[in-house]
Amino acid sequence: MVDVAFQQQRVQGVRRAGGRKSLRNALQRKSTVAFLMTLPLILLISILVIYPAFYAVHLATLNKAMTKFIGLGNFQFLFKRSTFWMVVEQSCIFAITAVIFKALIGFIVAHFAHNIPSKKQRKWRGMLLVPWVIPPAMSTLAWQWLLDPSYSAFNYTLGTFGIGPISWLGEPGWARFSVILVNVWFGAPFFMIMYLASLKSVPEQLYEAAAIDGANWWQRIWYVTFPMMRNIIAITTLFSLIVTFANFDIVRILTSGGPLDQTHLFATWAFKVGIEGSDIPLGASISLFMAPILAVAAYFILRDVNKRGNEA
Amino acid sequence: MSTLAIDKAGPRRKVKYGSMSRDRAWALRWSYFFLTLFAIFALLPPIYMLITSLKSSAEISAATNPWWVYHPTLSNYAELLSSNQYLRFFFNSAVIAVVVVVITMLISVPAAFALARMKFWGSATLATGVFLTYLIPDSLLFLPLFKMFALFSDYTGIQLINRWYVLLFIYPTLTVPFCTWIMIGYFASIPKELDEAAIIDGASWFQTLTRIFIPVALPGLIAATIFAFTVSWAQFLYPLVFTTSTDQLVLPVGIITSLVKGDVFNWGQIMTGALLGAAPPLIIYAFLMDYYIAGLTAGATKG
Amino acid sequence: MAEVNLRKVVKRYDDVEAVRGIDLDISDKEFIVLVGPSGCGKSTTLRMIAGLEDITDGDIMIGGDVVNDVPPKDRDIAMVFQNYALYPHMTVAENMSFGLRLKHYPKAEIKARVTEAARLLDITDLIDRKPKQLSGGQRQRVAMGRAIVRNPKVFLFDEPLSNLDAKLRVQMRTEIKRVHQMVKTTTVYVTHDQIEAMTLADRVVVMNGGVIEQIASPHDLYHHPKTRFVAGFIGSPAMNFIRCRLEQNGVGLRARLSDRISLPIPQAQTTRFQGLTGKELVFGLRPEHITEPRRSDRDQECQFDTTLDVVEPMGMETMVYFTIDGQEICGRVDPDSAKGPGESMRLFADMNRMHLIDPQSGAVL
Repeated sequence: MVDVAFQQQRVQGVRRAGGRKSLRNALQRKSTVAFLMTLPLILLISILVIYPAFYAVHLATLNKAMTKFIGLGNFQFLFKRSTFWMVVEQSCIFAITAVIFKALIGFIVAHFAHNIPSKKQRKWRGMLLVPWVIPPAMSTLAWQWLLDPSYSAFNYTLGTFGIGPISWLGEPGWARFSVILVNVWFGAPFFMIMYLASLKSVPEQLYEAAAIDGANWWQRIWYVTFPMMRNIIAITTLFSLIVTFANFDIVRILTSGGPLDQTHLFATWAFKVGIEGSDIPLGASISLFMAPILAVAAYFILRDVNKRGNEA
Repeated sequence: MSTLAIDKAGPRRKVKYGSMSRDRAWALRWSYFFLTLFAIFALLPPIYMLITSLKSSAEISAATNPWWVYHPTLSNYAELLSSNQYLRFFFNSAVIAVVVVVITMLISVPAAFALARMKFWGSATLATGVFLTYLIPDSLLFLPLFKMFALFSDYTGIQLINRWYVLLFIYPTLTVPFCTWIMIGYFASIPKELDEAAIIDGASWFQTLTRIFIPVALPGLIAATIFAFTVSWAQFLYPLVFTTSTDQLVLPVGIITSLVKGDVFNWGQIMTGALLGAAPPLIIYAFLMDYYIAGLTAGATKG
Repeated sequence: MAEVNLRKVVKRYDDVEAVRGIDLDISDKEFIVLVGPSGCGKSTTLRMIAGLEDITDGDIMIGGDVVNDVPPKDRDIAMVFQNYALYPHMTVAENMSFGLRLKHYPKAEIKARVTEAARLLDITDLIDRKPKQLSGGQRQRVAMGRAIVRNPKVFLFDEPLSNLDAKLRVQMRTEIKRVHQMVKTTTVYVTHDQIEAMTLADRVVVMNGGVIEQIASPHDLYHHPKTRFVAGFIGSPAMNFIRCRLEQNGVGLRARLSDRISLPIPQAQTTRFQGLTGKELVFGLRPEHITEPRRSDRDQECQFDTTLDVVEPMGMETMVYFTIDGQEICGRVDPDSAKGPGESMRLFADMNRMHLIDPQSGAVL
């Protein structure tokens, strides 16, 4: 047959190697143009993000009046304060517990949302993402009202079952619970959306093959879903860890760090000490304690993002 | 081989125990059940905000059933919407959000184009660096920034503390990295042959950006714009630090600090204020939900 | 005058040389096809002509002017891409007129050119549609229309039909030929499909590993290939290559292909090959020249018997596969004469069409 083309093996060859350049003398121009286009970005980040970050380190080494250099004096002071250690403990408990629950709830809800027909998914997705859309300051106010010592709507409902009023924000244990609850309420939808998008990309055929091989629903999740979603789970978790660890809005509005400084996070305590207490260096030293955790998490995120980039 | 006769009018196979379709039906029922549960959990606070906003102070303090409005009233809304103070908050928030969105887009889009398309020395490092800076939280930066701006004010006499326009400089640090990230993803997904066709047609880099890339990546642009707006609108920490006088406040801070007079919480008004304050993002979300979600997931799935 | 000249053009990526110094002269209005396997450098050459790739060494001239440092938009060229590269957010009309609008041509002229090109390519009723509403063939026409309205000195085609299905490809091939006859512009066309090359080109440039193997008309390429590569690349199914030795047989020469088979060299070529007796050579003969026996007695000498391994009936003809000295050979016979697999059949080799190739250099002798 004359028309049968003689197809040869297509090899991704030299053609695309070496990048795409327009012309010899335009190369100069392109680099300058590109640089100019990224200049505002570079300036913004250098001046308002990177420089302040280092400046914070410098500030942490000054005394309260910022007149002389006291080295690690602020840190030594902090280590002796019991409040400091409480803040460390609370920050870790808060961040880890909240992230675990957010990821768990997000994963479970994503699964259910994935099960229902796609057309209806949009409506449900819309409803379930609302907590994330409302500015956290506003929604935290709503929660404060829901958990109010005198007028709590929850207490009212519990009262009808005969369960005594709970001091949601007044008692340390419950206060800690409340801030975690609000954070989970706020953050779980984000996880849900991410996981839902990721679930959609798992090929249906894998599940069918697993079902034929005799896997029940739990085994399907463990052996098919988790491995395929491993990357996105890791990245969202790490990301959320950073953001939750550095949380300010919720605790500030709900409890102002109380009762008795039991719910303070690094951010809120730094604010109290630095702005309200006008001791900027001490505040800076407090907030710097977030840095190691952020660095570790950032390292793992980078590694995962690059790994995925190479896989793709 | 015998011939197969497919009888389309034949009897349907009876649904047996343990078959796929029976399992599916149950899975669906459980799914809807749990979804409803979570939906209630998710929507409880905003609905409660609405309910409270329709109550008069009298009804609130009477401590009747908090979940029901017996004498709905719009007095809270009327008072707030006629309060100059509240309107001032709203106005400040709106102006800042819009201007920050414009600033963000002006910085992010060219930068994303350069990073996605023009491979120049250090572009990969810069892209990663942008992503990393997004991980530095505002709760770390607010103190040094405060001191920096205070010092700057002292040296130059330009008042930077307790002024709302300061936020125009600071908010972009929160919006630009992620918006750049989103746009890089969208720009990178445009086939390179389109660039080449444009080059042959005679377009300069700038023309390629404005007449080809931006229209084609419009969904990404909308998503980034929505993201920038929402983040700006919801800011609490930075405004709390940098603005203190009532007329300089934005909505989140204003509601909390000024609707609490002394020790008396006027919850009806607070809830109304909060609800109205949450309205713009919610409205945008209601109409542009798909872009909203696309913006979120673009960051992750496009790497 | 829109000639294109390449002088010792080299393209180097780091330490890999994709194009190793090629010389090429394309006349005005000529349809030249660059053909070769993947990685042979044909696309790179095209892109250098377009200005999308820098030229490492050598010169490229368009219309007599050296264009090495001239940006694509000033070279007065137009290009049709493999993936069409249509702007998705613009209508067909806007896609076609984009280049003209950038150069601020008057609106009336733009409209006139677009209408004319659309008429030429039979896409007038698609003018207001967006690319995603078009089929593959229609998109390719729009891509061609975009090139035509520019009225360039040179058309460049980068494997434009590779993404189309076989039937559409045949249709579009004819379209391109027709358009070239109407627009009469110098065209450089790149493809890996030798059938496209043979049917479209005035002259074909066969490339391999960054060098030009041969430049010739399709006819000359088919009948007089200069190297083994060209001989094997052109023609489908490919030419048979058999090891052979030349033997003296009285006045004439014979090519011994195996213990049993030896075929006479035509008298006219005896003098040419005289000095090569005893050497091991490669005997090349196309399948279409190995057929069922002819009537004429004179050709009795060119017949041989062989056992068929595989028989493929194709309707119009039957392909037969057999072995000579361990090498698989393909022949084309009339379906009615074909024997079955495993059976012995007498075949005729048209020795006027054979080629002898030097195994070391690959040159056709």
